[in-house]
Amino acid sequence: MAYSDKVMDHYENPRNVGTMDKEDKDVGTGMVGAPACGDVMKLQIKVSDDGVIEDAKFKTYGCGSAIASSSLLTEWVKGKTLDEASEIKNSDIAEELALPPVKVHCSVLAEDAIKAAIKDFQDKQ
Amino acid sequence: MKLPIYLDYSATTPVDPRVAEKMMQCLTMDGNFGNPASRSHSFGWSADEAVELARKQVADLVNCDPKEIIWTSGATESDNLAIKGAAHFYQKKGKHIITCKTEHKAVLDSCRQLEREGFEVTYLDPETNGLIDLAKLESAMREDTILVSIMHVNNEIGVIQDIDTMAELTRARGIIFHVDAAQSAGKVDIDLANSKVDLMSFSAHKIYGPKGMGALFVRRKPRVRLEAQIHGGGHERGLRSGTLPVHQIVGMGEAFRIAKEEMATENVRFAALRDRLYDGLKDIEETYVNGDMDKRITGNLNISFNYVEGESLIMAIKDLAVSSGSACTSASLEPSYVLRAIGRNDELAHSSIRFTIGRFTTEEEIDYTIKLLHNSIDKLRELSPLWDMFKEGIDLDSVKWAAH
Ligand SMILES: Cc1ncc(COP(=O)(O)O)c(C=O)c1O
Repeated sequence: MAYSDKVMDHYENPRNVGTMDKEDKDVGTGMVGAPACGDVMKLQIKVSDDGVIEDAKFKTYGCGSAIASSSLLTEWVKGKTLDEASEIKNSDIAEELALPPVKVHCSVLAEDAIKAAIKDFQDKQ
Repeated sequence: MKLPIYLDYSATTPVDPRVAEKMMQCLTMDGNFGNPASRSHSFGWSADEAVELARKQVADLVNCDPKEIIWTSGATESDNLAIKGAAHFYQKKGKHIITCKTEHKAVLDSCRQLEREGFEVTYLDPETNGLIDLAKLESAMREDTILVSIMHVNNEIGVIQDIDTMAELTRARGIIFHVDAAQSAGKVDIDLANSKVDLMSFSAHKIYGPKGMGALFVRRKPRVRLEAQIHGGGHERGLRSGTLPVHQIVGMGEAFRIAKEEMATENVRFAALRDRLYDGLKDIEETYVNGDMDKRITGNLNISFNYVEGESLIMAIKDLAVSSGSACTSASLEPSYVLRAIGRNDELAHSSIRFTIGRFTTEEEIDYTIKLLHNSIDKLRELSPLWDMFKEGIDLDSVKWAAH
């Protein structure tokens, strides 16, 4: 499988790898996918009092495209409001990373992850 | 040391330079290019001589009569000819066939075809170490069983089946026994004169011969009959028509000659390299060897690394040419059916790596491989939420995953 330069870049130098305290009231956690399907993404966001995403961290078990999709997502959501972040579309991620059709599901998973993280944060408030 | 490092000798091997040299002598005008079937001139006679020498070289490695060797285009064709040929010839005796779930596709898909033609096939489950329980094989045999097909060495996990004992069981019942020896010839001793195996498939390119070349052993005493699958000029005693590819045959002969000469010393060297590799990897947490470690060819190591995903692992070790247990070319990840058959779950099947060592593998390459694996597994586990959960003591099977 040939990967685009952008996928390779994120795969080799993943941004914002890490974990936040999921009990923290300001933190929203989204975990999507399943090991048997070959990918699991965990995305965490830290939201400021005025509803802006201050920080984002991820961990991903999955192929290079899954790792790149989640790494890119953490870059994109930082500084966005929750409303703005929830508007990120999987097709934007797929386009930015030049994902081939068989890898589009990785970008879908990333979109699911940010939606799940936002929902988790909102449920806590 | 050159990168990438080739550790995929069970997929194929490079042609040995000594083999290539012999092959080149059978191609051009000033070489031995004749048609061995030409009886009316010296070009044909000397081509025929070369073919018969090669037949003897192949027969010598496995201790059979050269007359029992039929040339084919590879082990795939040999498996097809053996299985379909025997099933068609003996179908009046019965229509039941026994094989194993971990066989090569050339065997499994030949059996599937026979099922479409009205045969009944039993697919045995191997034990978790990849070996077949002889009692289970025996109890699968029936009055109407005409053929058993079991591979000698498995291409993925390298385990060696006890074919000689199996052959006693089949012979006692008058059942034809076919063995796919594509991965064992030149690696494990084979003594057909003192065994009751009836049919055996060989491939040239697994032991430093050319691709597109193989052979089928067809026992003469007691005589095993086959229905030909390819018809034409009646070559190879009518069992496989087609002008003999002299350069390919000579290459296979030379490769088998070298194997007979060097197998014992190579096995000692491969075992040392394989153990060095295994010793270097076994201290990585959560690694699992696939297949029995003792009843295994010296050149094979198949390991699963838990909590890392197979495709990203292959990406991380792109300096190594190895095989992975997942077919990641398609959207639906398909884990290795061999690893599933020995009871590995999807995750472990996906994250498996098959290392196969061969004639040109060096210690330096093994040491590089060990270091690269350590770094890659560390990096990917650092990224893996599953690894975190494992470290926190969470049982991943108890988690309700939001499957997509
Ligand atoms: C066990 C086994 N059988 C059959 C084959 C097919 O051999 P060939 O490539 O010569 O057709 C292979 C190799 O791919 C093999 O490993």
